[in-house]
Amino acid sequence: MADKKKIATREAYGNALAEFGGNEKILVLDADLSKSTKTENFKKKYPERFINMGIAEANMMSTAAGLASCGKIVFASSFAMFAAGRAFEQVRNSICYPNLNVKICATHAGVSVGEDGATHQALEDIAIMRALPNMTVISPCDAVETKAAIKAAIDNYGPFYVRLGRLAVEQINDEETYKFELGKGIMLKDGKDVTIFATGLMVGEALEAQKMLAEENISARVVNIHTIKPIDKDIIIKAAKETGALVSCEEHNVIGGLGSAVAEVLCENYPAPLVRVGTQDVFGKSGVPKLLLEEYHLTAKDIAQAAKKSISLKK
Amino acid sequence: MDNLSLEKTAYKIRKHALEAVYSASSGHPGGSLSIADILSVLYFDEMRIDPKNPKDENRDRFVLSKGHCAPALYGALAERGFFPVDDVKTFRRIDSYLQGHPDMKGVPGVDMSTGSLGQGVCAANGMALAGKLDKKDYRVYAILGDGELEEGQVWEAAMFAPHYKLDNITIFIDFNGLQIDGDISKVMSPLPIDEKFKAFGWNVIVIDAHNYDEIKNAIKTAKNTKSKPTAVIAKSIKGKGVSFMENEASWHGAAPNEEQYNQAISELNVHLKELEAR
Repeated sequence: MADKKKIATREAYGNALAEFGGNEKILVLDADLSKSTKTENFKKKYPERFINMGIAEANMMSTAAGLASCGKIVFASSFAMFAAGRAFEQVRNSICYPNLNVKICATHAGVSVGEDGATHQALEDIAIMRALPNMTVISPCDAVETKAAIKAAIDNYGPFYVRLGRLAVEQINDEETYKFELGKGIMLKDGKDVTIFATGLMVGEALEAQKMLAEENISARVVNIHTIKPIDKDIIIKAAKETGALVSCEEHNVIGGLGSAVAEVLCENYPAPLVRVGTQDVFGKSGVPKLLLEEYHLTAKDIAQAAKKSISLKK
Repeated sequence: MDNLSLEKTAYKIRKHALEAVYSASSGHPGGSLSIADILSVLYFDEMRIDPKNPKDENRDRFVLSKGHCAPALYGALAERGFFPVDDVKTFRRIDSYLQGHPDMKGVPGVDMSTGSLGQGVCAANGMALAGKLDKKDYRVYAILGDGELEEGQVWEAAMFAPHYKLDNITIFIDFNGLQIDGDISKVMSPLPIDEKFKAFGWNVIVIDAHNYDEIKNAIKTAKNTKSKPTAVIAKSIKGKGVSFMENEASWHGAAPNEEQYNQAISELNVHLKELEAR
């Protein structure tokens, strides 16, 4: 696995659009960021079905709704900050309320955007997109999962929010054997002392943390939660019952994201200690992605510490 | 349809709109009354629609971008046979499909859910673009409020339609000059409306929103205009047809009491009788 080339999920997204773009119903909208969101990969192949909206995200979302009302499968892309943030109310009222077939694929989520800094680092997008009725929220961890998520978005009717990253990440899943099921978490490592739920690029960190913990004779289960909504309740409840201590990790504010989704399931079904790894209700800043991930305590080491804390909270 | 019949239909739409608002004890009568004539022309003379097949993919589309004027839209749809006219009285009730603002999932004939200002016109552009891409000959119509022009998103849409040469969309600006807080030129002036749309690349036509020849001619001109969308600036009277509601911003979003309702209906009936006597 280690020798495989690192690929950003945004790159995998662009490739998936080009690969599946033969479906004539598919239209791709972008707000002047096609080179960054990688929708240009689709544009090159299917220029007649690529619509540049200019720097106008609000208009993009409502126009996407109108196109979808005429039977189109509409992909609308921008940075997560502007797709989920700036255009939130258009996503809510134009797309989710009428339950239209629009796939919002938002790149540059999280602090790993890097040098552009806080204004471009969405850390609340999962929270706000997850709060919308009819919306499915997916946060893939690598290129293989991204491709599968885009396929699922095409095959399943309704609004989707797919959270993608700028930073190249290691391939975690094997393309040959990988199976994507909407709304189902994937146990990557079994363990008995603690369960680490991770999403997006934190899945790789969680796997590293598992190794670190193993060296201290702590057996950690690692679960990849690619679909944040609908959340896989069963896999969470089972983990709580079997391991008794839980950790969530995400490149997102600890308020409202994966950690909150896991906590909601635990509180209503099987209360158990949960320690949330994520940004601690602060904005990001400029810097090299790797250093930012360290600064905001989003590394394997931080996850391992959180795991030990969660275990200490077991009754 | 001849102008006289269309005008009679418009008064029926006005009656339904007031009936809806009165039954609900809430809603937006002023702007509903000002767009009734345009709705009458669109739904009874112009648009290719079939109440028995409201989702026909080749139908003309209509988007009420000023979604708060749903009472008039429901009146037009009911008169046109999309649902029973008696249902209009259930407007805004908890057990009704006639939501306070148009809901495309629940109301036959509603092509887009609207209510949040600025969004409908963008969706209408999307429908027009889909028509172009699919080489379909349907047309798309939208009505915006003049106050709605204060929403920035409208100008994103205003840039978009000419850029993609969407000559299959016609928007009407219900230019009654009033918004909730008063005169649009005092609250936040969007004037001059015609010059702005011209500058954005639209074919602009200024008409009297209550003159049937002018409404029909504007639509005809729009259909004959190639490579450009058309914006019809329709100078209207807010509250049109009810003396005490006319040109009164306070009737933007207020329901009449029983006495006011009875007076309003009797005034509309007088108009209708006059028309029937012609």
